[in-house]
Amino acid sequence: MTTHDDVVEERRNFLYIATGAAGAVAAGAAVWPLIDQMNPSKDVLALSSIEVDISVIAEGESAVFLWRKNPVFIRHRTAEEIARAIADDNAEDLIDPQTDAERIQKPEWLVMSGVCTHFGCIPLDQQGDFGGWFCPCHGSHYDISGRIRKGPAPSNLPVMDYVFLDDSTIKIG
Amino acid sequence: MASDKKYEPTNPTLKWVEDRLPIMGFVYNAVGAGYHVPRNLNYWWNFGVLAGFMMVVQIVTGIVLAMHYIPDITVAFDSVQHIRRDVNYGWLLQAVHANGASMFFVVVYIHILRGFYFGSYKSPREILWFLGIIIYLIMMATGFMGYVLPWGQMSFWGATVITNLFSAIPLVGDPIVTWLWGGFAVDNPTLQRFFSLHYLLPFVIVGVVVLHLVALHTHGSNNPLGIDRKSEKDSIPFHPYYTIKDMFGLGVFLIFFMGFVFFAPNFFGEPDNYIPANPLQTPAEIVPEWYLLPFYAILRSVPDIAIPGTSIVFMEAKLAGVIAMFGALVVPAALPWLDFSKVRSAQFRPIYKQLFWIFLADCILLGWVGAQKPEGMTLFLGRAATAYYFAHLLILMPLVAKFEKTRPLPESISDPVLKNEGGE
Repeated sequence: MTTHDDVVEERRNFLYIATGAAGAVAAGAAVWPLIDQMNPSKDVLALSSIEVDISVIAEGESAVFLWRKNPVFIRHRTAEEIARAIADDNAEDLIDPQTDAERIQKPEWLVMSGVCTHFGCIPLDQQGDFGGWFCPCHGSHYDISGRIRKGPAPSNLPVMDYVFLDDSTIKIG
Repeated sequence: MASDKKYEPTNPTLKWVEDRLPIMGFVYNAVGAGYHVPRNLNYWWNFGVLAGFMMVVQIVTGIVLAMHYIPDITVAFDSVQHIRRDVNYGWLLQAVHANGASMFFVVVYIHILRGFYFGSYKSPREILWFLGIIIYLIMMATGFMGYVLPWGQMSFWGATVITNLFSAIPLVGDPIVTWLWGGFAVDNPTLQRFFSLHYLLPFVIVGVVVLHLVALHTHGSNNPLGIDRKSEKDSIPFHPYYTIKDMFGLGVFLIFFMGFVFFAPNFFGEPDNYIPANPLQTPAEIVPEWYLLPFYAILRSVPDIAIPGTSIVFMEAKLAGVIAMFGALVVPAALPWLDFSKVRSAQFRPIYKQLFWIFLADCILLGWVGAQKPEGMTLFLGRAATAYYFAHLLILMPLVAKFEKTRPLPESISDPVLKNEGGE
């Protein structure tokens, strides 16, 4: 049987919970701006794309550009390097298997992030066991397609969005 | 153990003040004659006071350096050089602060090892031990962020590697790293927030140190014999006995400290940090500050966790390394239970005493490995030393606690002391 006292107690419990819930939401709403202010600001986000003139990069050479404050590697690959990249498509030691075709738009132009996927150092060009890149920080070896082959890095050098505006210009981002 | 005696000033003015704000009584009972301490403390017990001294040195020099330092990537490097070359006594203050960080860690490491050797973490001092670990963790965060501020090559790339540790966290790793940076790489927002936090965290340390002292004074200091005090004969007042002993220790320590400041101010530094930060070029070798090296070695030693001979990987080396590194910092918190031997001091634990020195050698080996390239023999040594580090804490400590035959403990602290007085 429900008595008057039970009803009052139920009502009171509801009020306690409702007050507590409202308080928790308010506290969360107050704390969020304090946390989110540390995320990238609008002007940082605005630097989202760059246009690069690639005609200056001769065959067999690489260039490094800054995109969103991070290095982008652009390599003008030779025919021999392209052949080597494709030949390694099914290599046993691919840690993060990907074919060369999945990583490029035009075979002679390799465009990818220049940030080691281990702890963010910048790998060195034309070094390491696979004739690609070598990260001096903790010894990761990338091949001529930017795929991780040996060392502690967990994944290939990421390929970001880019488009060829014409034969000599690409837009990154 | 705080004395029950109430502090009674004789001077009427002081008595009037004390009656309204018992501040003198507080000091009297904290570090004065009112605080009774085991009579047998040796010089290893100086290092708590020395750590407190270094904390004050770092805060005072840090506050004045902040009057000249500019946390902006275009001028941060130059502002530090400005402090060293142009600011009055800037050469001294900067050298004291930079070397002071290393000195703070030297005394804190000795303080921690003192706790390991004499079993200071055991009941009833477990929370005192936790608070010490928390202080140590905040110290490492503070030291790391401080090292970023001069914005040299090591500052920049150290910051990049250490913040990237968080990218190993599954799913939320990358958003967390972006949040820490305030951008897509270590950049001006990162430098500014590190400066803000580098200024804040020392005061958080002060707060935890106060709790550390409250916990310490609840049961009083442990002592080299590791036995509880039985009577007043086992204690002597902190002042003048230990104030003078601590002053002497401080003098010796200052000779060591100032030796670096005046004669080798760059001893702990890296030449690469005199090159302004360059986001397009990673130095050939990134070496963290020496006090982080053992943990850096553990981070780099861990391989993929996989079934041997197959390509089935449970956990990538990157995540496993990060877990091992943080584990190495946190596991000592469980020591009061892992080492359940009733005997505190290694003086009466013949097996543990040897294991302590092996453990210390293992930590030093890890530190050495952390400064080398992780290849060939060093990689193997790093793995072996990492395995031993965890084996010591998680396997050997409980086993020794269970099977070791400890030596007989003395009756009381005063017993052997007073007997010796009559004897020789």
